[in-house]
Amino acid sequence: MSDKFDVAIVGAGPSGAAAALTLAKAGLSVVVFERGEFPGSKNMFGGVLYTPILDKLVPGFWEEAPLERHIVKRRFGLFSESSEAAFEFRCEDFNQKPPFNQSFSALRAQFDPWLAKKAKEAGALIIPETVVDDLLWKDGKVIGVKARREGGEIEADVVIAADGVNSFLAKKSGLRKDFSWNVLAVAAKEIIALPRGTIEDRFGLEGNEGVAVECFGDVVAGTVGAGFIYTNRETLSVGVACSINAFIDKKIVPNDLLERFKNHPSIRRLIRGGKTLEYAGHMIPEGGYKQVPEVIADGLLLVGDAAHLVNASFYHEGTNLAMASGLFAAETIIEAKKKDDFSRNGLKAYFQKLEESFVLKDLKKYRQVEVWAHKNNKFFKEYPDLMLEVLKDYFTVSETPKAHIQQAIVKKLRTRLKPLRTLVELNQFRKSFFSS
Amino acid sequence: MGHILVFAEQRDGKLKRVALEALGAARQLAADAQVLAILIGEHTAALTQTLTARGADKVYLIDDAGFSHYSSEGYGRAVADIAKKEEATLILMGATALGKDLGPKVAAKLGGPFAGDCIALETDSEGKITATRPMYGGKIISTVKCRTATYQVATLRPNVFPVNDPDDTKESLVENIAPLPDLSSVKAVIKEVLASANTKVELTEADIIVSGGRGLKAPENFSIIEALADALGAAVGASRAAVDAGWKPHSYQVGLTGKTVSPSLYIACGVSGAIQHQAGMSSSKYIVAINKDPNAPIFKIANYGIVGDLFEIVPLLTEAVKKIKNE
Amino acid sequence: MKIAVCIKQVPATESKIKPAADGKDIDRTGLSFVVNPYDEFGVEEALKIKEQLGEGRITVISIGSDKTAEALRTCLAVGADQAIHIKDAALEGSDAHALARVLTAALQRENLDIIFFGKQAIDDDSGAVGIYVAEMMNLPHVSAINKLEILSDENRAVAHRQIEGGTEIIEVSLPAVFTCQKELNEPRYASLPGIMKAKQKPLSVLSLADLEIAPDSVGLDNAVITLDQLSPPPTRTAGTPLEGNAEEAVSELVRLLREEAKVL
Ligand SMILES: Cc1cc2nc3c(=O)[nH]c(=O)nc-3n(C[C@H](O)[C@H](O)[C@H](O)COP(=O)(O)OP(=O)(O)OC[C@H]3O[C@@H](n4cnc5c(N)ncnc54)[C@H](O)[C@@H]3O)c2cc1C
Ligand SMILES: Cc1cc2nc3c(=O)[nH]c(=O)nc-3n(C[C@H](O)[C@H](O)[C@H](O)COP(=O)(O)OP(=O)(O)OC[C@H]3O[C@@H](n4cnc5c(N)ncnc54)[C@H](O)[C@@H]3O)c2cc1C
Ligand SMILES: Nc1ncnc2c1ncn2[C@@H]1O[C@H](COP(=O)(O)O)[C@@H](O)[C@H]1O
Repeated sequence: MSDKFDVAIVGAGPSGAAAALTLAKAGLSVVVFERGEFPGSKNMFGGVLYTPILDKLVPGFWEEAPLERHIVKRRFGLFSESSEAAFEFRCEDFNQKPPFNQSFSALRAQFDPWLAKKAKEAGALIIPETVVDDLLWKDGKVIGVKARREGGEIEADVVIAADGVNSFLAKKSGLRKDFSWNVLAVAAKEIIALPRGTIEDRFGLEGNEGVAVECFGDVVAGTVGAGFIYTNRETLSVGVACSINAFIDKKIVPNDLLERFKNHPSIRRLIRGGKTLEYAGHMIPEGGYKQVPEVIADGLLLVGDAAHLVNASFYHEGTNLAMASGLFAAETIIEAKKKDDFSRNGLKAYFQKLEESFVLKDLKKYRQVEVWAHKNNKFFKEYPDLMLEVLKDYFTVSETPKAHIQQAIVKKLRTRLKPLRTLVELNQFRKSFFSS
Repeated sequence: MGHILVFAEQRDGKLKRVALEALGAARQLAADAQVLAILIGEHTAALTQTLTARGADKVYLIDDAGFSHYSSEGYGRAVADIAKKEEATLILMGATALGKDLGPKVAAKLGGPFAGDCIALETDSEGKITATRPMYGGKIISTVKCRTATYQVATLRPNVFPVNDPDDTKESLVENIAPLPDLSSVKAVIKEVLASANTKVELTEADIIVSGGRGLKAPENFSIIEALADALGAAVGASRAAVDAGWKPHSYQVGLTGKTVSPSLYIACGVSGAIQHQAGMSSSKYIVAINKDPNAPIFKIANYGIVGDLFEIVPLLTEAVKKIKNE
Repeated sequence: MKIAVCIKQVPATESKIKPAADGKDIDRTGLSFVVNPYDEFGVEEALKIKEQLGEGRITVISIGSDKTAEALRTCLAVGADQAIHIKDAALEGSDAHALARVLTAALQRENLDIIFFGKQAIDDDSGAVGIYVAEMMNLPHVSAINKLEILSDENRAVAHRQIEGGTEIIEVSLPAVFTCQKELNEPRYASLPGIMKAKQKPLSVLSLADLEIAPDSVGLDNAVITLDQLSPPPTRTAGTPLEGNAEEAVSELVRLLREEAKVL
């Protein structure tokens, strides 16, 4: 094949599409391979799209992007088998005017094709239903890709691996070693249809307002993980995510965990009467800062999940980092093209851009969270259970004098908590989440 | 309602059951209007009596060697000519291989509305037809409305419309079509008709179908399906998995990419009931499922289900059926 | 040999189809669209004929909205030579007669030997348009073919089509219209160079004015048949699971089939 492209991108998720759009707008010739029937056809995420980068890529995106609701409310719930304690934050300022708080619920099967279409309109050639099987090499440099189609060898100055968490290209290129199970989380999710009005009533929303609900503790069997509900216009995204290790330890499969979540009395009433439209499972690279591999090789850049760029912590934020890395990769290539240098050295600005931006700064900030979480799984089962038990004791109405109740509670806490140990743990919690 | 013209399909001197169903439908719609039949072929004269008994007020007949085989042009012209002569408001025929070709051909010649594969028909006071027909491979049921009451053409899904009880006292009125439509301009000519090895009841016309799927494990095991079908006088069908495995030719396949059937009784053995399979059989009147997996989707649509090993159940059923038939 | 294939863009077979709220159309959100599978057999057959004869020109034609261009590009990617996209707001709501008239007007400009259609479009499942066009162009047709052979003198073809209990073998003089059934061939996948070249192949867009068709002869207002209401098929509910051992279940089944269903 003689037609050579400036850039070949593998994967038309948010990272690949962001790169393609930026490159095509700059006039470079770009081809994007996507194995799905169309971009987004097989992709899933929890449900909240963070959009500061999208705003740069497509100014005024909210006018046309297929978004569901803008998030004005966040709720974090702690569950035992029978009780729930929650912290809820709602802010009217997030309700003012687009782009609101740069966070929207969305469905990937609609969002991904839209962003890919933007890239296509800018001139990128998007080829769906085509799996890339391998990289082409010459003198130790990546010079293209091999797609699973007749005549599938395509040359390009640079290849961008935007092929997601399982990135085959990252492995093939040797940039990423096999990683251990505990840096991956597995998620199972359903899209459940309910009438618009029902959703708004149950979640206390008006118009296009949305809420992100995250749930910890017994609802997910006390694993280091969470259950989530995000409100869409006429559906709910309901799912669970936890580390693969947790599934192995608890001998439970994602689907059963999701069922457990859906059947918790506090959750059940939120989804009651809903009809499940879709079910999907997916992995999340939650290893954080430490797991980010080398992202540059001669003629190759890794972006998005392929580079493990996900901020798990409080946010489950992946799409924004994916689009940012796609944008940075594209900007780097546009510069490299001027010097015609696509070597590792010629592309090194990509890593600098990641380091100087929120992408790696945030991952660095939260780098202890993962470690903390896996060492302190008490925070996911023992402590929530105890706390809810205490709250229950406190609020249970009876003839027992209040003073007795309080004494009993203090006693319970004394026997069940080792005060010093707990203080240390709480301090670790504070440090891993809030220090920089 | 003006006159209704029914194309009475026959093959090898035998009327198709759906031709009688079309007469039944016509009789219901006609009220005071006439039901006319048109019968085309060679050695067909003997069939006119049946058409009369089953509801035709008059039969137009072509009994001619030149018309022994179907041709879209020849048959199309004959039907369109009679429709015009009688100012038929509605022309009905079965949605068979022939009807699916002839229906649109006649509609093209007459410029009238065409509704294919109908499962219900209604008429308004002006004689305009509203037809109910499946679309999107049966995932949608639509009603379509004719905007003119002239030359409306509909093909009817077999096994859906009732046949009239015969009235043998009725005087038959037969008119030979003359002159015959000119065949010299026919440019697509049937040279040969190869009978398929499967001489059993044709799937789409069968009143009872016994279907086998991947659960049969091997091609030779279709014999137990065939034994049950023989006992019932039924046709044999297959899932795509069984067809793709080469156990049965494609002509046996029921489903989205195979045949659409609506028998009175459909017995699915070792068929999981994938949505694509259901697309071809879910309009059957009664569905029986025999499957060892209690969660197989086929049970969700089956009237009667037996969870168990088909290799045990089907032979027992065959024996039970034989016993009844011998009573 | 000049060959045309009329193609329609339809929702993919595996799509979940449900009626829109007003019941006048289907709910199109989230659907993916493909070339009608039966039309793909036509494209493949045209490619095979061209390969076999070593010459020929294949035109794909479709009437549809902007999106239809994707379906035409797909056909160009697998090997068709040129595409014609007929697009006109006035065509909204047209019935099969109107579509056939429009296609006929476009086809008549091409001086064709063979015109392929699908046996039916898997959205409306109507199976009318190809046969209408044949009649309007005064050409012979064979519908639902599953085998086609072009005879060496090139002015005749032999087609097979399946009927109940057998196969008809039909000889037809060219030019002729064929509507394609499964089993005719195995449509190929586009090669990567094919996909890339498709971008450069000619795709012309025609309006009704270009075809000299009066806008007031087509569209919803001039349709002789219209879609009135779409609804989901009646849901079948799970019936009785028959209990007991095999013998008991079978005898219960036989009883129910005789007494309740009355089919035995
Ligand atoms: C359950 C769950 C919840 C999440 N919740 C959120 C959330 O609420 N908010 C948020 O911002 N992020 C969330 N994320 C993370 C987010 O989904 C990802 O970080 C983001 O999708 C990464 O984008 P990407 O483009 O790098 O990869 P992907 O979106 O995974 O895209 C990769 C693409 O490459 C294609 N591909 C893969 N291999 C090949 C190949 N060999 N050839 C051709 N194509 C190939 C795939 O089909 C796919 O389209 C969540 C993730 C999960 C799993
Ligand atoms: C575009 C498209 C079109 C399609 N078109 C069609 C179509 O027209 N027709 C069609 O049928 N399919 C079609 N399919 C395929 C369809 O999706 C299914 O794959 C197929 O119907 C499965 O066939 P099956 O039920 O025989 O096999 P399976 O799904 O493998 O089911 C076999 C069943 O046999 C049962 N079984 C096994 N052993 C025994 C035993 N000893 N006793 C009792 N039960 C047993 C099992 O429990 C199982 O339920 C299509 C698919 C696609 C994508
Ligand atoms: N809008 C259209 N544009 C081009 N061809 C069409 C169109 N609609 C139908 N056809 C052709 O006619 C065949 C039968 O369609 P239908 O009569 O709608 O079932 C299809 O398989 C196509 O080949």
